[in-house]
Amino acid sequence: MNDELGAAMPGAGFAEPRAGLSAAPDDSVESLAGRQVALIDLLDRLLNGGAVLTGDLVLSVADVDLVHINLRAVIRSITSEEPAPW
Amino acid sequence: MTAEVDPATGPAMSYVYAVSRAGTPLGEALAGLPGLEGGPLRAVAAGELVALVSSVPSASYGTEGVKAQMEDLDRLEVLARTHHAVVEAAYEHATVLPMRLVTVYLDDERVRGMLDEREPEFSALLARLEGHVELGVKVYADPREAVTVSSRGPDTDTAASPGRAYLQKRRAQQQNHRQTYRAAGAVAAEVAARVAGLARAHVTHRPQQGDLAQAAGENIVNDAYLVHGSQADAFRAALTGLADDAPGVRVEVTGPWAPYSFATPPAPGGGEPR
Repeated sequence: MNDELGAAMPGAGFAEPRAGLSAAPDDSVESLAGRQVALIDLLDRLLNGGAVLTGDLVLSVADVDLVHINLRAVIRSITSEEPAPW
Repeated sequence: MTAEVDPATGPAMSYVYAVSRAGTPLGEALAGLPGLEGGPLRAVAAGELVALVSSVPSASYGTEGVKAQMEDLDRLEVLARTHHAVVEAAYEHATVLPMRLVTVYLDDERVRGMLDEREPEFSALLARLEGHVELGVKVYADPREAVTVSSRGPDTDTAASPGRAYLQKRRAQQQNHRQTYRAAGAVAAEVAARVAGLARAHVTHRPQQGDLAQAAGENIVNDAYLVHGSQADAFRAALTGLADDAPGVRVEVTGPWAPYSFATPPAPGGGEPR
């Protein structure tokens, strides 16, 4: 079982060994289509990053905060089996 | 906008994906492309700024609807990937400030109001992000992997009693565990040192864990760096081979991303480089 994991995941190096990625704009369409970003990397950015607007939002400020609190609760429940220390 | 009210889905609301500066080809390039729920994208302009928006039904994007979407991983994934696809497409045409997931306004008028109100801050952020990309760096410690690399330990006493052999094995495992984590810590420090001169800013994300963290080993560093586009290759090159001599330690670079992790003003005293 460990051997399988080991074979699938090389011990060192980059997950995406595409050294010249940004230097090859012609490939970008193909590379964008060919790879799918890991959901967890995406959620890190979409739930922890991104500009947060708490101004004149639809769902009044309190509701917006509520939504964001819910998002955090969700991501926590998704990313951690036990209550997290943060 | 005319208020479209469908009795089944409720009035349409305005979902904001990203904000950019007026005068870029963003609006024309993306107008009409499908956003969430297939709704066509449009540019909502106010002053110097443009928001990339599509209409979504309030039944699914009001507080209750969003809550329901958040509790369903499949729906959350569709939401996240669609939001991301729009941001990525926009990012090819202009510097953008990505919004956090589920930034929803009642209508375009409220979006314009928000743009007016936040213009100084957003303009400053966009100027800061101009020409930059985000690169993710993750460091993993995987003691099991280290074992398979160096399993032929020097002093395996084949003649030892079963009990003694067990203890030897345990001790070796513990030592291997410690060594791997120590090595991962050293690699993490080396990452920071090597990219210090190449990155403009640095944000620390929580290490990934749980069901969605499917990579082997334990994620001990999950960072994002803001790097000028011209330095992205140098950044990757600086980290190439970094963990080659550290069995059980792995470095992954992701991106380039739109600058999600740098779309908020640096919090005073928080989220700063270590």
